[in-house]
Amino acid sequence: MKTTLIDLTYLLAAALFILGLKRLQSPKTARGGNQLAALGMLLAVVATLFLHRIVTPVEMIAGLVIGGSIGAVLARRVEMTAMPELVAAFNGFGGLASALVATAEVARYLIPEKPTAAIAALLPAVEQVPFDAVQAITVVLSVLIGLVTFAGSFVAFGKLGGYITGNPVLFPGMRLLTLLVTLGALVSIGFVVAGADAFPAVADPVVWGIVALSGLALVLGVLLVIPIGGADMPVVVSLLNSYSGLAAAATGFVLDNTALIVSGALVGASGLILTRIMCEAMNRSLLNVLLGGFGGEAGDGAAVAAAEGKTVHEATVEDAAILLAYANKVIIVPGYGMAVAQAQHQVRELADLLQERGVEVKYAIHPVAGRMPGHMNVLLAEANVPYDQLYEMDEINDEFATADIALVVGANDVVNPAARYDKNSPIYGMPILNVDQARTVLVLKRSLRPGYSGIENELFYLPNTRMLFGDARESLMKLIGEIKNL
Amino acid sequence: MLDNLIIFVLAAFVGFEVISKVPQTLHTPLMSGSNAISGITIVGALVVAGMVGGTWSKWLGLVALIAATINVVGGFLVTDRMLQMFKTRAQRAQTSEKQEVSEPAAMS
Repeated sequence: MKTTLIDLTYLLAAALFILGLKRLQSPKTARGGNQLAALGMLLAVVATLFLHRIVTPVEMIAGLVIGGSIGAVLARRVEMTAMPELVAAFNGFGGLASALVATAEVARYLIPEKPTAAIAALLPAVEQVPFDAVQAITVVLSVLIGLVTFAGSFVAFGKLGGYITGNPVLFPGMRLLTLLVTLGALVSIGFVVAGADAFPAVADPVVWGIVALSGLALVLGVLLVIPIGGADMPVVVSLLNSYSGLAAAATGFVLDNTALIVSGALVGASGLILTRIMCEAMNRSLLNVLLGGFGGEAGDGAAVAAAEGKTVHEATVEDAAILLAYANKVIIVPGYGMAVAQAQHQVRELADLLQERGVEVKYAIHPVAGRMPGHMNVLLAEANVPYDQLYEMDEINDEFATADIALVVGANDVVNPAARYDKNSPIYGMPILNVDQARTVLVLKRSLRPGYSGIENELFYLPNTRMLFGDARESLMKLIGEIKNL
Repeated sequence: MLDNLIIFVLAAFVGFEVISKVPQTLHTPLMSGSNAISGITIVGALVVAGMVGGTWSKWLGLVALIAATINVVGGFLVTDRMLQMFKTRAQRAQTSEKQEVSEPAAMS
């Protein structure tokens, strides 16, 4: 009876997750959707605590309180610009938890003494299942995916937060090492599966197999993420998100728990969809992104050499202010540079000022602008920009031709016209925002340094482009001051 | 096992259907929210850590529990914090009107 009740609660939780995700289809209902999903989670936890005959409730409550406080503090304190790191870190914790649960489940078979009759009576049916090869496969999958997610997420966390270099890290023999580590992981999986039937009477092959696999999975997680450069991070973060779901699902198979399987599958699907969208937005295959080594900071020398013979039209703050103030229509194109300069509030202030003067202002958001899917949208929402002013690439690309000004704030590769026709360019074929079609392109940028792809941006040398050099935030503040005086 | 596989595949299809329609604007909250949902491992952690078992399984389970709870609580809270910032032009106008009304009152 009680088991049925638990299972029904899990079903309800899963239904709430699906409903919650469905409500994320519109910003109007999204907040309620998230709360619905949180309610589902609460129900699942409470049902487990009360109905699952937990033997050590004090420790469990303590664990919940500790983890909950850490999570709450992190969620409250984080700056919106640091959101990609935080999401990566949370991903990592999820992966770690899944791997540990699977390991703990194996450890449970290792109790030397027989449980007392009273305790044995409490064990649900699933616990008497003997450990077999199928069970072993689910465990190794859970450990492998969980720990790869954990290690990979924390490398991504380090890269996104600037604790380790955001450039691709490659060393000679790296691919070979990755291959060897993968083979090693497969061998340890073989050991665990082969030893499964004799387990737990003969414990060593399984136990040491899992220990070896854990170590190798951690190394693999690092090796998979470290060669990938900063601007490819949206793909990585999405993919790790998907992995954390798959790890939860694998753990669900281990524990024969429907709630875990359903939620894990949902999250796995979600991460995969985002991964695909990100790859399409860069016109690169997932494999190409994962092999890494793309882009990074190129030497300044190359850029300067290539720039010779081309003229850059530099604008003064006064010129730029006049251009903006007397325009009919301005399209703002934010990029990662806006996040770095924390300039989203100034962007909004400028937009407000222009709108008061009767200028039509819209925002054009490239899918891979920033370091995670939807990064720009969150930053602009934080700055109180209404989301109905934000347009996706396909919605707005035709409008650049009718815009007086395209204001590029810290975006680079996603506005490089070379992507449309230059077959030798590494970003050839990548869908871009057609800012060059605007009457005037105003670019706020620190220097002419190439973007992440390491290639020069010919947009900066077009006759209709005006460059306003300097920190995006300072430039915007100067522009705001200037326009107020007009 | 087969039952579980069926559930997994069907749930994945539901996931694809539901999530494909999430607009680009909400991709970050989608990630952090779905991330929190993947913290459902918390249930697994409670089961393995809280039940009868050896010392090893108890401690592994407890660490798992803490990690999963960070994931769940942090994930849902941060998603909520983000989502409450998303406003339309009309909503923004409303809130700024309210502020304008309340500001003189606060000054006097």
